[in-house]
Amino acid sequence: MTVPSSAPTLPASLAANPKLSSWLKFTSDGTVALSPGKVEIGQGIVTALAQIAADELDVDIARVQMVRASTAASPNEGVTSGSLSIQQSGRAIRQACAEIRQIFLTAASERLGADIGGLAIADGMISGPGNIRTSYWELAADVSLDRDATPGAAAAKRSSRRALAGRSVPRLDVPDKVFARPRFIHDTALPDLLHGRVLRPELSGAKLTELNEDGARAVAGLVAIVRDGSFAGVVCATEYGADAALQALRKGATWSAGETLPDDNDLAAFLKAQPVETTIIATKASAQPGAAARTIRRQYIRPYIAHASIAPSCAIAQWTEDRVRVWSHSQGVYLLRSDLALVLNLPVETITVEHVEGAGCYGHNAADDVALDAALLAKAAGGRPVRVQWSRADEMTHAPFGAAMAIEIEADLDARNEIVGWRHAIWSNGHTARPGRAAQPGLLAAFELATPFPRLISTNPPQANGGGADRNAIPFYELPAWQITSHRLLTMPVRTSALRTLGAQGNVFAIECLLDEIAAERNEDPVAFRLRHLQDERAKDVIRAVARRAGWKPAKTSGTGHGIGFARYKNTGAYCAVVAEIEGEQDIRVKRLTIAVDVGEAINPDGVVNQIEGGAIQATSWVLKERVRFASDRITSNSWTDYPILSFTEVPAVDVEVIQRVEIEPVGAGEAAHGPVTAAIANAVFDCLGIRVRHLPITRDSLIAAMELAP
Amino acid sequence: MADIQFRLNGVATSVDADPDRSLLDILRGPLRMTGAHFGCGAGECGACNVIIGDRAVAACDTPLWSVRDKDIITIEGLGSAARPHPLQRAFIAEQAMQCGYCIAGILVSAAALLMRNPAPDDAAIRAALDRNLCRCGAHNRIVRAIQRAAAEMAVP
Repeated sequence: MTVPSSAPTLPASLAANPKLSSWLKFTSDGTVALSPGKVEIGQGIVTALAQIAADELDVDIARVQMVRASTAASPNEGVTSGSLSIQQSGRAIRQACAEIRQIFLTAASERLGADIGGLAIADGMISGPGNIRTSYWELAADVSLDRDATPGAAAAKRSSRRALAGRSVPRLDVPDKVFARPRFIHDTALPDLLHGRVLRPELSGAKLTELNEDGARAVAGLVAIVRDGSFAGVVCATEYGADAALQALRKGATWSAGETLPDDNDLAAFLKAQPVETTIIATKASAQPGAAARTIRRQYIRPYIAHASIAPSCAIAQWTEDRVRVWSHSQGVYLLRSDLALVLNLPVETITVEHVEGAGCYGHNAADDVALDAALLAKAAGGRPVRVQWSRADEMTHAPFGAAMAIEIEADLDARNEIVGWRHAIWSNGHTARPGRAAQPGLLAAFELATPFPRLISTNPPQANGGGADRNAIPFYELPAWQITSHRLLTMPVRTSALRTLGAQGNVFAIECLLDEIAAERNEDPVAFRLRHLQDERAKDVIRAVARRAGWKPAKTSGTGHGIGFARYKNTGAYCAVVAEIEGEQDIRVKRLTIAVDVGEAINPDGVVNQIEGGAIQATSWVLKERVRFASDRITSNSWTDYPILSFTEVPAVDVEVIQRVEIEPVGAGEAAHGPVTAAIANAVFDCLGIRVRHLPITRDSLIAAMELAP
Repeated sequence: MADIQFRLNGVATSVDADPDRSLLDILRGPLRMTGAHFGCGAGECGACNVIIGDRAVAACDTPLWSVRDKDIITIEGLGSAARPHPLQRAFIAEQAMQCGYCIAGILVSAAALLMRNPAPDDAAIRAALDRNLCRCGAHNRIVRAIQRAAAEMAVP
């Protein structure tokens, strides 16, 4: 049987979770309980999803109660990552609500004896001619939503008929956070709550060889000491006691030697010397190859970068006989549950993972690791819940990092310095080792147990899903020929996994800086050069918009510089162009970032601006300050002093223009700015100082090194 | 153990505990006030800031003995939904956060600043917040919110 391509289909997330009642319920108190599988990580997603539902159902947004994701009931929407929540969850909710609206209109028509066409809905009240009326809530008892969504059953509203989409609705979670009402997992109060701490080595990969527990046993309120191989921890009646017991346990611990780490001053040499799996990501051949007069080769380095969440990771677990309930700020409750089942050797049905907000994570940090820690410690707690919180040092050293990258681009130029060939090669560890996706677990404690699971070596998502190390490595520009190659390391002395943008920050940095360099050699304006190599009108629009907004190109004054960067995130997501204004001699200060962004339909424009501003400032921090530091056998950047981030006095002004396109399906904004901001700053440094810095971060040291390398 | 007395959000409070324990531990533990957040335990991030006298200090880095007879204001004492502090209103108006974990400490630092300087300029605000870390990049919104609150408080 063949299905005609025009057959209506459900959005992927709804097709995977078709039961309408799993998404939405009308509750007896006149509210709508909306249950997405995506989670709030500070990006404002729950508000945008509530807007979509309120619009489609015609209810006041104040009636929409957002249910936190839980494996007990929520649709399984995988992981909240990759700027996909609006695309995946938003589309599913819009379609589910459209169908639910239609189902209720049909039921109302039957009850009221009126044509559907004569019925209208306002704030959930359904009314028709002659003052007849009912409501979602009145009908809810007779309308079962325990049925699967039907493709084509209802069409979502046209964008012009939506009241809330496109409006900057205040975020639903902000009041709790301003008034310090407990909302974070760290502040969750449960009856009989105990506190746990886990002992982790300072030496990288060291094994616990001996453990004297006497000191810890003497701590008041101690409930249990747990040891399984190199995994060890304490459970105590108070957090203070747990800290004291951990300190005592640390004194009684003997560790093996640490594993050897790369030389953090020569990451390229390390990355290029490892065994790799090589993949040709893309090739493009020119129909009429131009003659290369010369080839320039440039190498760009991105260091390991820490997620460095402002909160240490935290989880709570509670056992009831052989079932365990886990509260976690994981980005994927179902994926975490899969890994917990592997490690605990339990059927998944015996494990419930419930999402509670944590601080921003910016990718795969220790949120999932600490959930397993809590489950292991809680086993010894006699059925009481155990809250485990990592230390700042563990957060900075044991959580996965964004992978370091060495990127080499060779550009073939003809006699007029036009690009005729382009080869982009990446050496990097994989950019994801998220839990729940492999036959083996990706959780830290699993590698530490007496019978350990093998350490999960990070991999890359396929290019069709946006790619990993190779994300944004394929030029979005109309170049005549290219070859993109990814060398994924098969060793992993430094643990890596998903950090915001995966490889896109490094690749956009490399591509945009080399294009800038070629434009400069041609004495061509970098904006004009980019526009000349683009056909996509939305791409050209963001570049033109940012150039206009920044007054490109501002007059050159001594000690300042301007640079531009552009990317379409994943080559399929948001368009973003950035002009950076910097000043500097020995130290670079970013004064202003002017940004134009196109996410299609911006559901919550202020939410988009907030995400772009935040991404731009975080990227500035990465570019000017951040690199994970290590000695030969340990990570040394284990505090905010040793891993500084941008402070209030160093933050640039950020000016964002959103190009609103209500007719185009929305995409996420959270990762659009990082690559373009990185490139814009580096290009501004060249404009200011005449130095091409190809090694991040751009610090006084890297400026000096770049000056020494310059011809 | 020692019985240590201080005023917490205007209420006479007495704590019987090891005087070397941190104020943050006392607040979040025996006093069950979770508004001040643990971030680093080393006074480097400001997530646990509280006001002592007219200064914002890191509660994680403040031993209990040192607050004897002092006036302490925490985020819980700043205001409530029913009676919000102008800063709290302004942070909602400006949507001045992303994840919000750092916000309690930042509100407290800002309140201490406005106690000392009711009309701070941009540079004074940034300087007062320089020991408060925000990882999400909400800095400029936060500065705008503080300016908004200061303007509102200046109206007689």
